[in-house]
Order: sequence, then C-alpha cells, then structure tokens
Amino acid sequence: MNCLWCDEEITSDVTWSNVALPTKAKSLCEGCEKELTVLNGSRCLRCSRVSEEKICKDCKWWEHYMGGEDVLTANYSVFAYNERMQDMIAKWKYRGDYQIGFAFQGRFTQLFKKQFNDIKNIVAVPIPLSKERMNERRFNQAEMLAHFLPIEVDSVLDRVHGEKQSKKNRYQRLSSENPFKLQKAINKPVILVDDIYTTGTTLRHAARLLQQHGCPITYAYTLIRG
Amino acid sequence: MKKPSSPAEGLPPSDQVISKNYSGKLLLRNEIRLEEPQFRALPFTPIPSIKRKTFSHECQRCHNQKKSLFASIPCSSCQKTHLYCRKCIEMGRIMECEPLYECSGESFHWPRHEAPCSWDGTLTEVQQQAADRIVHAVKNNERELLVWAVCGAGKTEMLFQGISEALKDGKRICIATPRADVVRELKPRIQQAFAKVSVQALYGGSKDKDGTAQVILATTHQLLRFKHAFDLLIIDEIDAFPFHKDTSLPFAANRAKKDIHTTIYLTATPRQHHRLQIAFNKLPHIFVPIRYHGHPLPVPSTKMCYSLKKPLTKYMPPRSFMNWIKQRKNQSRQILIFVPTIKMAEKMKENLQKILIADNMIKDPKEIDFVHAEDPKREEKVQQFRAKLLRVLLTTTILERGVTFPSVDVGVLDSGDKVFDEAALVQIAGRAGRSSDDPTGEVVFFHDGRTDAMVQAIQSIKKMNRRGGFIE
Repeated sequence: MNCLWCDEEITSDVTWSNVALPTKAKSLCEGCEKELTVLNGSRCLRCSRVSEEKICKDCKWWEHYMGGEDVLTANYSVFAYNERMQDMIAKWKYRGDYQIGFAFQGRFTQLFKKQFNDIKNIVAVPIPLSKERMNERRFNQAEMLAHFLPIEVDSVLDRVHGEKQSKKNRYQRLSSENPFKLQKAINKPVILVDDIYTTGTTLRHAARLLQQHGCPITYAYTLIRG
Repeated sequence: MKKPSSPAEGLPPSDQVISKNYSGKLLLRNEIRLEEPQFRALPFTPIPSIKRKTFSHECQRCHNQKKSLFASIPCSSCQKTHLYCRKCIEMGRIMECEPLYECSGESFHWPRHEAPCSWDGTLTEVQQQAADRIVHAVKNNERELLVWAVCGAGKTEMLFQGISEALKDGKRICIATPRADVVRELKPRIQQAFAKVSVQALYGGSKDKDGTAQVILATTHQLLRFKHAFDLLIIDEIDAFPFHKDTSLPFAANRAKKDIHTTIYLTATPRQHHRLQIAFNKLPHIFVPIRYHGHPLPVPSTKMCYSLKKPLTKYMPPRSFMNWIKQRKNQSRQILIFVPTIKMAEKMKENLQKILIADNMIKDPKEIDFVHAEDPKREEKVQQFRAKLLRVLLTTTILERGVTFPSVDVGVLDSGDKVFDEAALVQIAGRAGRSSDDPTGEVVFFHDGRTDAMVQAIQSIKKMNRRGGFIE
C-alpha cells in the first residue's frame, strides 16, 4: 500500500503488537498522518469548535436567531482545518481525486462509533451537490463520507444550483433562501453528513427543512471544523 | 460552457484559428472551447484516455503506469465505476469514460520571420562557438545536441541565434524547463530578444493558458498537452529533478516534437547516462567550459566539523561555520546558506539571527531570511536578496539553479545529506562568482564525513576548469 497523499510506500516496523496479528492497512504514511490534527479537548457541544465555554458565542447567537431553540442539536467534527487539510480537500473535492477520501475513512468511522453509538434508528443524510456541480465533479464527497458509516444512508435532499457557499460571507449565507428540497420526509433521528462545518448555515438550512417535515431530531457529523 | 475564443464574436472561428489553437495538442473536451455543434463539425479524433494492458493501465496523457496512481471512481455521469489517473490530476482529471481529442486537420503554418532577433548584445568567443554549433544543428534538422555549459556560461544568450534561425524557417519552438521560476525569469528575456514574435509562458497558474504562440516557454509538465507540435525543442536543465526521475516527462517531451525536429539539451551537470552517451559518441555535444566573464569556477573547499549533528539537531549553526562567516576574505559579499530541509531553514534562521545580531554582524533582524519550495513569498524574498536588502539567506536546494546573485559566498550545511547529490553540489558552487565585477566567491561544504557526491563534485569542477584552460 502506498500513502494516498505522498505516494511513498508505507512500511511499518515489526513490534510485539503486530508480530503475530495482522494489522489494518494504513492509507496514509506516518509523516502525512501527523500533519492532520484530530480535534480533542474541550469543545462547544453544539458546533465542535475548540472553546472553553460549553456553548460557544456563535451557537448562542444561533439559538437566539432561531427563537430559543437551535434546529441543529449537535455537530461533531473530526479534524481541524489546517494547511495540509486544505490541500487535501482541494485535491479531493476540486481536482476530483476520489481516492483521497479513503484517507479519512478510519478516523471518520472510529469517532462515529464513539460519539453516536447509543442513538437508535439513526439515518445518515448527506448534504447534496447541485446537478451542475455534480456534473462537474462526478461524485459527492459528503455521500462518500456517509457511506463510510455503519448506518442506513438515505439521500433525501436535493440542492438548487447557486453560487458556491465557500465564496460567500456569513451574512450572504444567512440571507440566502433555503437551497435544499426534500424528496421524502423522514420521521427518524437524522445525522447530516458533510465535509466541513464553516458557519453552520448550510447544515441548519437542511436541518430546518427536515424538521418541518417530521424529523424529530437532527445531528451533524462533519469531517472538518473550519 | 465558456464562449469560443473566436476573433470575431459570434462568428465561427476560421479554420486558420482552429488549426492554430488546436493542432499539435492532446486535449480533454472541456479544454476545447467550442460549442457542441461546431466541435462535431471539426476533425477532432477521440483517443481512449486510459489504455488497459494485460497487467496494468496506461494514462494516455501522462504515460503513468503505476498501480497506486490509478483509482476507481463511481462516476455519476456514466453511472459506472471506472478508472481515473491520479498522477496528472492537477491538469484536469483524466477519466476512462472521456476520450482525449487530437485535432487531425491540417497543421498550422507559422509565419516566417526575416530578422526576428532584436537582441544586440555580443557573445564571447566560446559562446559564439556554441551558438554556431546550435545554428548548424537547427539548419540541418539534427535530431539531438547536448550543450554542456558550466554554471554562468550564459546559456540563454547562446540560444538566440539558433532560435532566430528556426524562426526564419517558420518553425515552432518550445523551451522547456523543470522549474516554474525559470520560466518566469526567461519570459521577459526571450520576449525582449524576439520582440515581434508571439511568446507565451506556460506553468501552473500562468496567465497564458492556451499555448497558441510560436515560441512557447513551458515547464516540462505543460508539455503533456502537446503532441507533434514543435520543430525545435530546447530542454533546459535536463539533469534537474524531476525530469530525470519522472519517466512521464521525457515521454511528454518526445511526443511534443514533430517527426522532423531538433532537440537541444542544456545542462551544466550532465547525468551518468548522458555522459556515457557522450563517451560512446552516441550523442553529439558541445562543451562550454568558461564562464562568460572568463574566470574559472570557484572550487569548493570542505570543512570537517566534528559532532556536526549535535548542534544541527538543536538547529544551531556549528562553530566552524560561525568562524568562517567572520573570517571570510570579502566581508561585503552576501551569504547564501544551503541546508537540507525546510524545517532546518526555518529554525536555523531564528538562531542565526540572534547570534549575528549579538556579534554585530548584522544590525537589523530583517537582514536575514529563509526560503523553500512551498514558501508563498519565495519570489519576493529572492528579489530582496538580489536587491541586497537581505544580507543572509537560508535556503533549501530550491535555489541551487537558475538564479543569479551578483556577489555571494556560499555555505552548505551538512553537505553529506542525501539531498546534496553531485549535480546539486556543482550547481550550488556555481552560484558564487557570477558577475564580472566580482568573479570569485568562497564556497564551503560543512560536513561530518566526506561523501562520494562531495568528492566527485569537487573533482568535476576542477576538471571543468582544466578543460577551460585554467591551471591550478
């Protein structure tokens, strides 16, 4: 196996733990693995931002903005958005190197089990791409992430084409109309899956739509906290 | 879909424009900026983009055959899971379900230029000899010629007459080099020398994108989009990484030239296989042993540092290195320091800064800086060093070639490291004594045990000096 990022062959030293038992094949070499930062320590319970407060300022603002109750119960993110992550995302999403996604698979499933294990009957709903964007990229990174998870995946959302979210600021994002359409209602707990949580607007748009149609509770699980 | 790049908006571009824009290229559909009906009416031949072989695959654009650099993608447009190439993905993804297109119409006739060269400098006698040899090769469509010119011989100027000769015949020319820095530096010089000829520079993120000029300056990667396009192909720094390691680049260079062509290789430090070819008379070559100012190459000296690794792990400069800095003969020269890793450059800068200020060697902490390949301010810092705003510059091997500073002393820290191979060390030594105002300079290798690379580098520099008629 070669490293998915630097294409160097991955060799592991023989230790007591792997001398008899086969080990899981790694997708990133040690050096590249180190470049990624897994978030830990005290974080905002709602958006996963590194913060001393239980609910960060932003999320309090959201709560207030939505009239007392946030449609998004909790977001959990796995990695911090550092320089290497930025490069990896660019290559994966924008250049379209599908394979890079598998570099995140291990951590993404591992932490899912830790965080969301005790919620029963949960359905994963990936944040969709618009048709136009899908034609360009040929795959949806959120869908890829959702399929890593050991739960049912139901892609019930559609997206109306608009400008890229990453080119807008918070105010523009907020004031824009809900870009999603629902194909069918889900009345089970939903976990929204996306690659990055930046301002949380996209996820809240999706969560609100789902809840308007009978979804009892919405979580989010994202690869990166931007 | 972007608008077609036609001269008259709305009208279909003439055959001339089509053949100028698209002949001699190998492109993906989205790189061809034509509307669908127009595209279909033109003689574009589809070529399967990924070839399946018995035990492997081959990308038809970059020649990649490595298993780990192919992967499968569940493609939403053709609803199948198929291969794509990961190697050349930065240039637009090659998908198995999308062919590459070659314009099989008539090739474009480039204009003949009467007297294209507007450069009025003069060449030295040795330079003129090399220039004559190049002209001869171009005139007679000789297939290959290697120009072995020492660092600072003035290679670019030696090319001008050969390029003129090719332009007189209406030939198309490409100068390819492994580094985008060099392309950027070359562009204004070539455009100035050939003011009336269309010149474009292609590199990742360049302003020119379409590659429709008669003279193309490109990084070797950009050659991947060309097929049977050039009559004269000049490959600068043929020995440089990544050209000599990456098989796709020689492949691309080979495909980019026409059936009848001339290829000229330029190098200061030919690799083993070229030297063997020269020795067996398989490759015509010309040797330019003297720098343009007529002085010999500075011969590096070596300095043994016992326990060199100890200070280096703490990113401290070794003591003998500090002694050298203080005892240099000409203190007014700037100092260029090569280190093996990016991290070393970064950390060492802070420590060296403190020491130099404490010793009163520099007054302003801003007089020292570092650069490496991924440095976003690389160009800016190099420019500052050239303008003498910086006294000391720490660098990785990124500045080993293609850059000229008028008056520097060069130190290599841990020259035994494997990044400093023979070619790299010869090139590094070639950074000193570049200008005629200060044609010498000190080059010191700091090591903790001489390596073959160091010994061979010094020998080969001495040998080049001997061949240049200098007696030690």
